[in-house]
Amino acid sequence: MKSIEIKELSLSFGEVKVLKQLDLDIGDGEFLVLLGASGCGKSTLLNCIAGLLDVTDGQIFIKGKNVTWEEPKDRGIGMVFQSYALYPQMTVEGNLSFGLKNQKVPKAEIAQRIERAAAILQIEPLLKRKPAELSGGQRQRVAIGRALVRDVDVFLFDEPLSNLDAKLRAELRVEIKRLHQRLENTMIYVTHDQIEALTLADRIAIMKEGSVQQLADPHAIYNKPVNKYVAGFIGSPGMNFIEGAIETGRKTTFQTDGIKIDLGNYEFAEEAKSGKAIFGIRPEHVVVGAEVASQPYKTTVEVEVVEPMGSDTLVWSKLQNREFRFRVDGQSDFEAGSKVKIGFDPLRASIFDAASEVRI
Amino acid sequence: MAIEPRGTRPGRMLDPTRIMIYGVLIVAAVYYLLPLYVMIVTSMKGMPEIRLGNIFSPPVEVTFEPWVKAWDTACTGLYCEGLKVGFWNSVQILIPSVIISIMVASVNGYALANWRFRGSEVFFTILIFGSFIPYQVMLYPLVILTRELGIFGSLYAVILIHTIFGMPILTLLFRNYFASLPQELFKAGRVDGAGFWGIFLKIMVPMSLPIFVVAVILQVTGIWNDFLFGVIFAGTKNFPMTVQLNNIVNSTQGVKEYNVNMAATILTGAVPLLIYFLSGKYFVRGIAAGAVKG
Amino acid sequence: MDSARPNPYFRNLNAKAAAVPMVLTTLVVFVGCSIWTVVYSFSASRALPINEFVGFAQYDRLFSTSRWTKSVENIAVYGVTSLIFSLVVGFILAAFMDQKIRFENTFRTIYLYPFALSFIVTGLVWQWILNPTFGLQQVVRDLGWESFTFDLISGRDTVIYALLIAGIWQGTGFVMALMLAGLRGIDEDIWKASRVDGIPVWKTYLFVVIPMMRGVFITTLVIIASGIVRLYDLVVALTNGGPGIASEVPAKYVYDFMFARGNVGQALAASTVMLTTVLIILIPWVYLEYGKKKQG
Repeated sequence: MKSIEIKELSLSFGEVKVLKQLDLDIGDGEFLVLLGASGCGKSTLLNCIAGLLDVTDGQIFIKGKNVTWEEPKDRGIGMVFQSYALYPQMTVEGNLSFGLKNQKVPKAEIAQRIERAAAILQIEPLLKRKPAELSGGQRQRVAIGRALVRDVDVFLFDEPLSNLDAKLRAELRVEIKRLHQRLENTMIYVTHDQIEALTLADRIAIMKEGSVQQLADPHAIYNKPVNKYVAGFIGSPGMNFIEGAIETGRKTTFQTDGIKIDLGNYEFAEEAKSGKAIFGIRPEHVVVGAEVASQPYKTTVEVEVVEPMGSDTLVWSKLQNREFRFRVDGQSDFEAGSKVKIGFDPLRASIFDAASEVRI
Repeated sequence: MAIEPRGTRPGRMLDPTRIMIYGVLIVAAVYYLLPLYVMIVTSMKGMPEIRLGNIFSPPVEVTFEPWVKAWDTACTGLYCEGLKVGFWNSVQILIPSVIISIMVASVNGYALANWRFRGSEVFFTILIFGSFIPYQVMLYPLVILTRELGIFGSLYAVILIHTIFGMPILTLLFRNYFASLPQELFKAGRVDGAGFWGIFLKIMVPMSLPIFVVAVILQVTGIWNDFLFGVIFAGTKNFPMTVQLNNIVNSTQGVKEYNVNMAATILTGAVPLLIYFLSGKYFVRGIAAGAVKG
Repeated sequence: MDSARPNPYFRNLNAKAAAVPMVLTTLVVFVGCSIWTVVYSFSASRALPINEFVGFAQYDRLFSTSRWTKSVENIAVYGVTSLIFSLVVGFILAAFMDQKIRFENTFRTIYLYPFALSFIVTGLVWQWILNPTFGLQQVVRDLGWESFTFDLISGRDTVIYALLIAGIWQGTGFVMALMLAGLRGIDEDIWKASRVDGIPVWKTYLFVVIPMMRGVFITTLVIIASGIVRLYDLVVALTNGGPGIASEVPAKYVYDFMFARGNVGQALAASTVMLTTVLIILIPWVYLEYGKKKQG
């Protein structure tokens, strides 16, 4: 069953089109992450779903009900904000109960719901404190609690972890996932952090310039990006792109000056055609040393800069005068200026049409 | 060999530049303080001493007679009831004007910061523009308007006029302040089901105490010091303190009693001065917030 | 149950209802009253406004009245002098205050307190200090300098300086406070950079800091200027326009013709000239501000 349906949603601020005829279906109990660079419209979309922004055109359905012009409070949603947005003059308890009081929920039930939410989030000892007396992590828990007590079907998260330091972010990430497994309600989560997206999501919607580029599970997003933008956006450092051309003949190959890659095992979406193309391979799919021998494609690169990162080492090199990055084991040792043998399997590559930048 | 720092040692109290700086600041301070000093010493002298002595010399015989006279019996041309009448008139004008103007302007600022509607920015621009229009341009039509409303020459008229002319600066002040609060709080309030007034009263106002203090200071000093609106709109029996002060001092009848005049002047300046000295940084913040951010 | 798109005019009705006082004020007072004044400045109104329009007759009379031309001259002299003086002195005081001095709060309190006072109070104090019989002049004469003359108030050509002394006394502290706020808003790193580059402090102020404070200067300028046009209370308290018409100002001209002399047409023509002056000051400013926003 669909939890949320978005039909041809458009939003313009004056001349600027922020959302362009966007369609999106979200299943019941699904964890959907809206991922994109800043300004791609992901937060705008979330605000539209919440009812905090008036849409220009299109419809939003939640649980089958058209809520396009409903007030936020009537949509059956709870929302968690980046800056926590806790009411500073109220205690934690006051923050949790404010929405329920506005809904005229009976006192006994308010107390009961707060107790339950506080237990789930382990914030019972904090109930009488003011937000200013809480740490960043505690505040974010309270903010989640405020959504929790509303007893709603849909949770909206607007970059909830961006204001926290790296360690706390990792902890709360797991906690949000645990919460989702426990509550099994629909969650829409906006972030620009691909690690958050890949770790949390059932499905990820990658957005650019107000429209969804790809909507798929994290595995597919990573392995089968639909276009060059998605391929480049996911992964750190980004995918290596080499411009050249596909030659079909006795063997299908990708060629450019000094490079010829046999595409024998690459899974083309349709039958391969000759023409200009872009070949993409992720840095972490490149191997060195003894493993090179087993790879279908082998070549030599010249090392320029080595960045040891502890568990891995990132190497910036030149492949036939093209910038080429690869990521190898942290124990590997390279010297700038040296020549290194590398190899990879074209099966793991992504190839895009040069003009449309769509995966072929 | 010991390593010694070279060059002049920074931050020493007695280098020539600093002496010059302090010198200028102190001379300026004397210029600013002089009138206050003259006011006080004059108000505590008897008339014979004023006629003979010098305005800067401290009183030989301290007397508070002039203060009593200024408050109680000084003549404003027609009546000899002192400044106390003006004081109470000013209080009667001040309290409702401050409360109403701040209530209206804070709601304006909130609506402009958080509930923009089509045209709201246009009205705001006109409002700010309007604050620069000389009052003289709008005086006569406002006289007609208040006369039509049947309130000309009454406290209601002055209160209305203070609310109108306080609106631009106060609205700007509140709008900027509310806009500087995190927008997400407002959004959270909406998700929590609070409406226009709910968000304003339960979320925004409790967070905005400092700006209300600034607004009160701004309005109390501004309205207390007003002369023009009081003289035109209040009606003779409601003349505020500033108008009565001017009438006492500049009335051409009788012998000039400079000591009483100065006592009356201090009494009229006392309320805003008190506010000023008590509020300290808030006062500076008030005038700076209105001006620099605009 | 589908929710239909609501009529945008009825959305957020509470917010619109709350804005009614503001809308009324802008439309009725700021726009309406100003237009009314401009329109009736072309009428032959005497004690009461009448609908007999006489073109520019009121303006012809206005500019041939010596009291008005003197008022304009006064406000021009007063305006230019006090603008320059308060900006320069205000900035210098602020720059000195910004040198991490001791007792900063005390100094600021002293410089700013006159601003909390009514113009009436200011006018009366200075009237007393400048009083030729008992004031400053007499004090110096008593010290032995018998011929000392410092009688600004009763001289036709000097009375404007009395207004200036009082006006500057009241207003410079305010300019200083604005300038100080502007100086404090400047990034500390600018000062560090100029020290590393070995630029003298006065040069940094002149060529780096002041250009950076352009916005503060312009805003201050507009605020003082629009205050100057309104100058009224101070004149009433200090000189009441005298001696003769030597210290008359436009705002007082308007008031007197409107309420004392019963010549509304003249008053409205004079206030329209004031309005025009303010617009001439204001429009370039708005243009600058708006242009700045457009550039982002």
